[in-house]
Amino acid sequence: MSAATTNKTTYREALRASLREALQNDARVFLMGEDVGRYGGSFAVSKGLLEEFGEERIRDTPLSESAFVGAGIGAALGGMRPIVEIMTVNFSLLCLDQIVNTAATLRHMSGGQFNVPVVIRMTTGAGRQLAAQHSHSLECWYAHVPGLRVVAPATLEDARGMLQTALANPDPVIIFEHNALYNMEGELNENAGAVDIERASVRRAGKHITLITYGGSLHKTLRAADKLATENIEAEVIDLRSLRPLDDATILQSVRKTRRVVIVDEGWRSGGLSAEIGMRIAEQAFYDLDAPPARVCSAEVPIPYAKHMEEAALPQTATIVQTVREVMGQNV
Amino acid sequence: MSGTAIDKNLPAREQAIAWLQQMIRIRRFEEKCAQLYGATKIRGFLHLYSGEEAIAVGVMSALKNTDAVVATYREHGQALARGIAMPSILAEMYGKQEGCCHGRGGSMHLFDAATRFFGGNAIVGGGLPIAVGLALADKMQKRTNVTACFFGEGAVAEGEFHESLNLAALWKLPVLFLCENNLYAMGTALTRSESQTDIHQKAQSYNIPAEVVDGMDVMAVEAAVRTALDAIRSGAGPRFLELRTYRFRAHSMFDPELYRSKDEVEAWKARCPIATFSAKLLAANLITQNDIAAFEKIADDEINAAVAYAEAGTWESVATLTRDVYTEMTA
Repeated sequence: MSAATTNKTTYREALRASLREALQNDARVFLMGEDVGRYGGSFAVSKGLLEEFGEERIRDTPLSESAFVGAGIGAALGGMRPIVEIMTVNFSLLCLDQIVNTAATLRHMSGGQFNVPVVIRMTTGAGRQLAAQHSHSLECWYAHVPGLRVVAPATLEDARGMLQTALANPDPVIIFEHNALYNMEGELNENAGAVDIERASVRRAGKHITLITYGGSLHKTLRAADKLATENIEAEVIDLRSLRPLDDATILQSVRKTRRVVIVDEGWRSGGLSAEIGMRIAEQAFYDLDAPPARVCSAEVPIPYAKHMEEAALPQTATIVQTVREVMGQNV
Repeated sequence: MSGTAIDKNLPAREQAIAWLQQMIRIRRFEEKCAQLYGATKIRGFLHLYSGEEAIAVGVMSALKNTDAVVATYREHGQALARGIAMPSILAEMYGKQEGCCHGRGGSMHLFDAATRFFGGNAIVGGGLPIAVGLALADKMQKRTNVTACFFGEGAVAEGEFHESLNLAALWKLPVLFLCENNLYAMGTALTRSESQTDIHQKAQSYNIPAEVVDGMDVMAVEAAVRTALDAIRSGAGPRFLELRTYRFRAHSMFDPELYRSKDEVEAWKARCPIATFSAKLLAANLITQNDIAAFEKIADDEINAAVAYAEAGTWESVATLTRDVYTEMTA
């Protein structure tokens, strides 16, 4: 990498920069959702965009998730490139019908006549004491559904670049922004732009064990890898980035090399993404493993409010470290 | 309707005959579909439009080609009247790849890009938000198209109905909401599901001009739709028509019709939109009985040709099962 200029920024600012760029570059693009305009976005992502682009393109909506998500689908069918913001994945359950029954099905059901180029952004995840109706990680529900693409930016580069690629995609794309990441600071290449939305990424190379994660858990997992390095355990950390499709090739290449794997998923264990990934590894790399795969997931409870209880419910660096130690101590 | 008085509002002969022929065509198509279902040529759910033909015919007659249509799972009449070719509709119901959706959709999911026909939506109420979005796209792109959105009175109980009416009115979007009130949501009577059964009042509560129209009268439907479309195209925002009608057949082919009386069905059948309109045209000497027989023959010939087309159709290769789940990207 040459010495390209970098700027200090945050995850939130990177998202906003990507929105601004999309609005500047394509007259078909517009943003709508609850409080995206005058309020500036419930997580302040769209702050200032109303002033810059006007209320025709930065549309505050009523609290009508089904109507405005469906309107995004319809507008996409009508030639626009809507970006629809839903405050949290919990609220998206109010428009599950439109996303699952319409956006995901239309192309196939119409024999390929209609595609739905809509981008839906929503926050997910816990860690800010928002309790059980604002903290869940239900992205695996969407990753279950053929016809949808599901991505989870965990880095500044992906916060900056995934939207552009999602907008260029002819099919519905859901972007999950982890609410604990909005304030994450770092340096971002001045030329940062579109990134692929299909491949997982190795965020840290290692040879003893593979840690597979995404979204808000990436940073906890990287800290766990730092700690493990002091114990002479070199963990390879994979950031899934795309939850549908899953990048089996990157996962399997790493697992076949390290022969051990721990999956870190803020979703619940039962029926979750970690189960899917674990089974894919079992199907395709069973004989390459030196130990049973393990998981660190959220406890099977609605996420509680009290700080110590919330922390206990979520994957944490210490539990990841401990789980890795246990897997390293096992042999089959 | 005595059938003898001449209706002064009758359209020109050519137009009147076109409407009558279209209604006859839909009715006979639907009756053939019932037979084909019995013969197991059509499977799944099959919802027939018999009795409600005046609505689809009146609406489509007033729409422009550039307008959009969002319909429900009882949409054969809309699809035919909109101009989707009958053979491709029937082949779709057979599940053949010659069907308008290659057999992926079936009776409940007819789609056609060429006529801007956006389903065939089988989630009650689910089509309304899509119609709002299509209208939003037209408005933002400064086109004068209207989106005609069909739904039954059962949809009125869904949240999506209320959310969509509010949003369309708030943003003054060019949507024509068309509530086909046939009094029963499957087997649940309107009076057993709504605290306020005068549906058009619900639209008025969202500041959408709304009126009740006799859905058994093609002239009344067409006139009301034309007036509403003019208002919408002038930028006045959405309009709402409650079209009071009745389905002569069961909800679907699995329905034993335990919830309504034969007397009630017969009373509505006496108001058959085809019979009453035919009587008006006969009284005005615009057509003869021989003409009606000829229209039926023309419809039957077309239907027979469509059946032959569907029968001769082929099954899509299973190898293409996962095609069109996503758009194929050419690098």
